[in-house]
Amino acid sequence: MRARVFVTLKPGVLDPQGKAIGHALNSLGFKSVGDVRQGKVIDLELAETDREKASASLRDMCEKLLANTVIEKYDIELRS
Amino acid sequence: MKCAVIVFPASNCDRDAHDAIMHVTGTPPQMVWHGDSEVPDVDLIVLPGGFSYGDYLRCGAMAAHSRIMTDIRRKAGEGVAVLGICNGFQILTEAGLLPGTLMRNAGLKFVCRPVELVVDESQSLFTRNYSRGERVTFPVAHGEGNYFASDDVLDRLEAEGRVAFRYAEGENPNGSARNIAGILNEKRNVLGLMPHPERACDPLLGSVSGRAMFQSLLEKLS
Repeated sequence: MRARVFVTLKPGVLDPQGKAIGHALNSLGFKSVGDVRQGKVIDLELAETDREKASASLRDMCEKLLANTVIEKYDIELRS
Repeated sequence: MKCAVIVFPASNCDRDAHDAIMHVTGTPPQMVWHGDSEVPDVDLIVLPGGFSYGDYLRCGAMAAHSRIMTDIRRKAGEGVAVLGICNGFQILTEAGLLPGTLMRNAGLKFVCRPVELVVDESQSLFTRNYSRGERVTFPVAHGEGNYFASDDVLDRLEAEGRVAFRYAEGENPNGSARNIAGILNEKRNVLGLMPHPERACDPLLGSVSGRAMFQSLLEKLS
C-alpha cells in the first residue's frame, strides 16, 4: 500500500517562508494571492494491506518522527 | 570533571566544545560517536552544534533518534548534566528532553554574529558563576533558532526560573518567543541554548564570557 503524509504548520504558528512565497507571488503579478502556508509531502510505501492497521501505523510514525506536534499537524492519505 | 562530547554525522562544533572544555578544565573530554550504545561514565554530556544528518526532515529530528540518545535520555533522567548548544539544543527539544521547538528564523536568514545576552537565571549548574542580569556576549550561527512554545509552557518556564538566557532587548536575532535564548529542564540538569558559549572562551575569538559556564560546571561537578 502507498500512503501520502501532509505535514503542515498548525494554524496560528507564524510561517515566514509561506509569507515570503506570498510576497514573491504578489510581486510577480498574482495579485489575488492572500495568505500562503508552506508544508511538506512525504510519500511512503507500506508492506501492509489492512487500511486500519496502515492508518494506525502512519499516525504513530507522524507522532514519533514525521511531524513535530508542538508546531505541526499531519494528514494521512492512503492510496492502495 | 569527566566530560563527553557526542559526535553526530555533520556535527561541526564538536572540536570547539572539546577545545573549550580542555582550555577551562585542563582535561580533554571523550569524543563519543552517535552510533555507540553507551556514553562512558561522565559528569557532563555535551551535544555540540552543527548540522547533524544534514538537517534532514527538521533540525535535530534524526539525531534525536540515533542510538546514543537512549543512553543520554537515561543518564539525563538520573541527573547527569547535559548541555546542548545550537544544534544540540534542537536535538534536545526533538528528543523531548526540553519543551518547545526551534523554528526557522523569523527573518529567514542564517544569522552569524556575536549577540548580547542577559543571564536570566543564575541558580543552575551551568550559570552559577554568572550573576542574574549580567550581560554576556556569545556568537550565534543558525538558521533555525526561533524558539517557540505554547503560552502555557512559556509561562511555566518563566515561573519556575528555567529561562537561563535571553537575548538582550533589541538583540533578538531570530524572533524567539519572549527573547528566549536558552532554557533548563525541570530538574535543572539539562540546558539547551542557541548561542555558542564554547566559541567565547578565548580572547582571540573576541569574547571570554563563555568560560564562566564551563567553570560553573567544573566547580560543581568535580
